This record gives sequence, C-alpha cells and structure tokens, in this order.
Amino acid sequence: MRESNIMKIHYITGISAIILVAIHIMFRLIMPYGASLEYENVIANYKNLPYTIVLELVLVTVAIHGFNGLRIILIELRQGRVWEKSMTWLCIIGAASIIAYGTRTIILASLTGEV
Amino acid sequence: MSVNLKILRYSPKEGKRYDTFEVPYQRWTTVLDALLYVKAYVDHSLALRYSCRMASCGSCGMLINGKPRLACYTKISELNSNEIICEPLPNFPIIRDLATNFDRFFTNHKNMMPYIINEKTDRKMDDIHREFIQKPDEVEKYLQFSYCIKCGLCYAACPTTAMDKEFPGPQALAQMYRYMIDSRDQASRKRLEIIDNRHGIWRCHFAGSCSNVCPKGVDPALGIQLLRSYLLGFSKKGEEKAVLYISSH
Repeated sequence: MRESNIMKIHYITGISAIILVAIHIMFRLIMPYGASLEYENVIANYKNLPYTIVLELVLVTVAIHGFNGLRIILIELRQGRVWEKSMTWLCIIGAASIIAYGTRTIILASLTGEV
Repeated sequence: MSVNLKILRYSPKEGKRYDTFEVPYQRWTTVLDALLYVKAYVDHSLALRYSCRMASCGSCGMLINGKPRLACYTKISELNSNEIICEPLPNFPIIRDLATNFDRFFTNHKNMMPYIINEKTDRKMDDIHREFIQKPDEVEKYLQFSYCIKCGLCYAACPTTAMDKEFPGPQALAQMYRYMIDSRDQASRKRLEIIDNRHGIWRCHFAGSCSNVCPKGVDPALGIQLLRSYLLGFSKKGEEKAVLYISSH
C-alpha cells in the first residue's frame, strides 16, 4: 500500500477517534458522573446498541491510529529492510490482536453481561 | 576588539578536539573572515570550505554558536558573544575540521529529478528557438523555492534527517515542489511517486527548523506541506500549461 494511502487512513482514524471519544465521554452525562461509572451501569451500557457501536469504533480507530503511529516511530528509529518489514507486521498483528480481544470483550459483555 | 574563536577540529586519526584562537575583529568582520584570519596567520592546517564570500555559493555552512548558518553571512558583532563556537554541520559526515561530505545530500537532490520534464522540448541543436511563456502568477508559485543555493543548512537543522538517514531532507523535498508546481513540467505524477514511500515526505514532523535557518528566505516546510496536500488530494495541479513559443532565427 502506498504511504499516502496509509497516512490518509492515519489522519481519518485520528480525527474520527477524537470525535468518537468525545461522544463516548458524553455518554457519561446522561446520569451523574459518579453513578455512570458504577459496575451495574457500566455493564448496562454494553446492552445499549448505539453505545457498543461507538465503543467498537473507538477501539478500531484508536488501535489503527496508535499502532500506525508506533510503526512510524519504529521505522524512524532504525532503517533496514528486515527491521522495517518486521516492525510493520508486528504493528499489524498488534492492532489486529487488540481489536480482536476488545471486540470479544464488547460482544461478551453485550450478550451475557459478563467480561 | 577581539573575540575567542572556538573551533571543532577533527581528523580521522586524531578524533575530535576544540581549539581556541583569539581573533581581532571590526564591526563588519564575518565569521568566515575570522576563520580565514586563523588559517592565514595562526594555523594553516584548519580545513573549511568556502568560495564566493557573499551567500551565493552555499559552501561555508557550519554550526555557529549552535545554529546552522553561513559563515560569510554571519557577522561576529551580530552574535553578541565573546566566544564563537564553530562546528561542522550536523547530519553530514565530517571529512576534516569544518569540511563535511555532501554526497548523500546531492544524491537526494538528484533523485528528485531537479529539471523540467516536457515532451515538447528536445535538446537537438537546430535553427528553431523554443521558449515557454509563463504568466507571473505561474512563476510566483515556485519562485522562492528556486532561490535555494544548496548550502545544506536546512538538512543540518532537520530533526527527521538526524534520525532517518533515508529521509531525503527538506532541501530535496522543497526542490521537488519547485519542479512539480512549474507549469512547464509534465511529470507531476512521476515526481510524487518518488517521495510517496516509507522514508519519503510523510516522515516530516513539521518542526519548521529548515525554514528557520534558510539564509535565502526559502520556506522548505511550506513546500513540504503543499506537496502533502497534492498527495492527499486536497490540491490538484492546474490544467493551465505554459505556452510554447517557437521562432526561427
């Protein structure tokens, strides 16, 4: 993939993450802040479909943006074909693992109310 | 009046050391004048590169009191210091003393194809005189970038170049913009492909130090950001092309 396309994804996920995290935080405002962080209320949020969709989008955008940022830092630290390929794959696997584990947690909490 | 000139000396055998010389100066004395005084009257072995003494050739770039500057364009009096520290440009391999190796820098410059590419012109010598006519606003787009004298100060100041040795550097990228935006040039897409890679234009952190140190008023950071806007699709090169004017002698 061209670096310009990767950077387009990087910028889009970065801007999206800011908006989605803002929406995610605003979910706290529907009840007193302290109450919104109580266990029952947090689990109840997972039963709310719009909330879980926003949470999943936050997870995907932050993981992609964060791991691509890490990839950029790593290939600037050291150069070389083997290092760059290894770091690129390491970041892809890292992002995929985080997304997979986070998605599993969201689905489990949404369906069973347990994580 | 006199000033202490502290010069970083380097040779592959002896390594690095600082030598200090007391040099007399006038209000108009430049750092290059002071270095040449040392070379002429104190230590003939001092190695430095210089040529025009008027900020046109870009040969005498060095780190003066921690900032990349042209020695011929920096007056001692403007530094407001009793001690002037001269060191070779960072991000360049040192050959000896203040002389640095520009091979990679010029290779990066050449990789940007710093010339007009246009099928309508050829290099055959014939009786036909060919000339492209450009409007003032077309010239305005690249004019400031054509003032680059390839002194390497921007390259020395760039934090990305310090880390990533495959990054082409602000000078090369600014020259890329200079030719890409030229209405006579037809190779925009090919040019953009050259810099659209892992160590290309995207590694610029927009620190802006390149523009800060340029002695000719070029703004490489601006060129880099404008190039990015073309790669991201925010800008498109205008359809308007320079007019080819042909006349017989």
